[in-house]
Amino acid sequence: MDLLISLLLIVVKSLALLVVGLVLVAYYILLDRKVWAAVQLRRGPNVVGPWGVLQSFADMFKFLFKEPIIPDGANKGVFLIAPFLTATLALAAWAVIPVNAGWAVANLNVGILYIFAISSLGVYGIIMGGWASNSKYPFLAALRSAAQMVSYEVSIGFVMITVLLCAGSLNLSDIVRAQDTRWGLLGWYWLPLFPMFVIFFISALAETNRPPFDLVEAESELVAGFMVEYSASQYLLFMLGEYVAIVTMCSMMTVLFFGGWLPPVNVAPFTWIPGVIWFVLKVTWFFFLFAMVKAFVPRYRYDQLMRLGWKVFLPISLAAVVVVAGVLEFVGKVAQ
Amino acid sequence: MQLVSSAKALLLKEFVGAFFLSFRYLLKPKATLNYPHEKNPQSPRYRGEHALRRYPNGEERCIACKLCEAICPAQAITIEAAPRGNDGTRRATRYDIDMTKCIYCGFCQEACPVDAIVEGPNSEFATETREELFFDKQRLLDNGAIWEREIARNLAADAPYR
Repeated sequence: MDLLISLLLIVVKSLALLVVGLVLVAYYILLDRKVWAAVQLRRGPNVVGPWGVLQSFADMFKFLFKEPIIPDGANKGVFLIAPFLTATLALAAWAVIPVNAGWAVANLNVGILYIFAISSLGVYGIIMGGWASNSKYPFLAALRSAAQMVSYEVSIGFVMITVLLCAGSLNLSDIVRAQDTRWGLLGWYWLPLFPMFVIFFISALAETNRPPFDLVEAESELVAGFMVEYSASQYLLFMLGEYVAIVTMCSMMTVLFFGGWLPPVNVAPFTWIPGVIWFVLKVTWFFFLFAMVKAFVPRYRYDQLMRLGWKVFLPISLAAVVVVAGVLEFVGKVAQ
Repeated sequence: MQLVSSAKALLLKEFVGAFFLSFRYLLKPKATLNYPHEKNPQSPRYRGEHALRRYPNGEERCIACKLCEAICPAQAITIEAAPRGNDGTRRATRYDIDMTKCIYCGFCQEACPVDAIVEGPNSEFATETREELFFDKQRLLDNGAIWEREIARNLAADAPYR
């Protein structure tokens, strides 16, 4: 009986997170397009609903009602599984993200490891999709994507280790609690670990295949990359997975460096606002940065991308791990 | 030198500058025209959909001189002429413009000695089928009836410069 109730509770929690999260993603997609348009002095989507607020839903229905086309030479099973894998893995990562004190579907003790593992698995959807399409462009894109995501995961891993050294826990909620100091905003890890924060942000761009690292779907070279042969709901799932992964990365930045659900200043009017709202505001701010970067940075060449990942970020983050560990040992604040 | 440039790169100097620049652009008024609801101002010389005009007394202007047919670089105009039954004046029995061929150069309007064929201000005459774009004489005369006021105003506004 207890087991049944706890199972039911998990299902209800997951559903609530999914519904709220997906609606949020729909509006983040709109925000992305609006910001991109505004920087280019365009209006962006403004026809469906007032100010275009229903645009993402209209797009969703369009994709759902279109005819899915499976190429003749494609490996049908893998071709159809790939988008589901991408979307499912991206959504699964949300399970451990604490949106408020104690508000995580699964309060894992190795939450950060779980997210790292899930986001690394995300590349499989892209490789499967690219390979199963049996076409040149998707295959090239899949190869690029595999190399790109593997390269940047290495430095993301080291950046996470510096945060772990400071927080002394792999539990995401504990990491946020470790940032709860009397300095408020200034006590969050973005300030003491500022270079790591920047490296994490840029690596997150590369990890989610966002511009300027969107070589996977570089329009001028690979048409639409691994999604060339995809249409209708399969394409929708790929796109959804992509944006969900971006939101996951934004929440990771919020949790690791921006104090999760904590208010920026620990005084009265700020502490009245619930933690969820602070969390969503912070995620929205990072998503805004993602959208702005898309608007003003030109795409990297492939060798530049690899140089940045292996010859700049990897040594810096490796050195940072040593430095942070040394400083913590020196001031005697090593977490047990 | 190497040190300075790598320090700039590491501190993302250019990216921060680019962020603030594009943020200024983000807040600027939009350049896009909200097209069906807002439209750009139009010159009186605008060359849009063709129309055949009539005199104020209702007589059609075209005398089937075929100058427009002769000058048309796209050969989009086809005219057949014959004396009209009731008064024997020379009239076009057929005046077709293939709007899919027309390049909207305005030579027909320039060539016309009686200001009969003109290009009006209308550019919103998209159709669902190709056949609907083969305009005949009746369609052109109807256009003239619909757009006469705008056409006359544009011709009057442009007259001092011709």
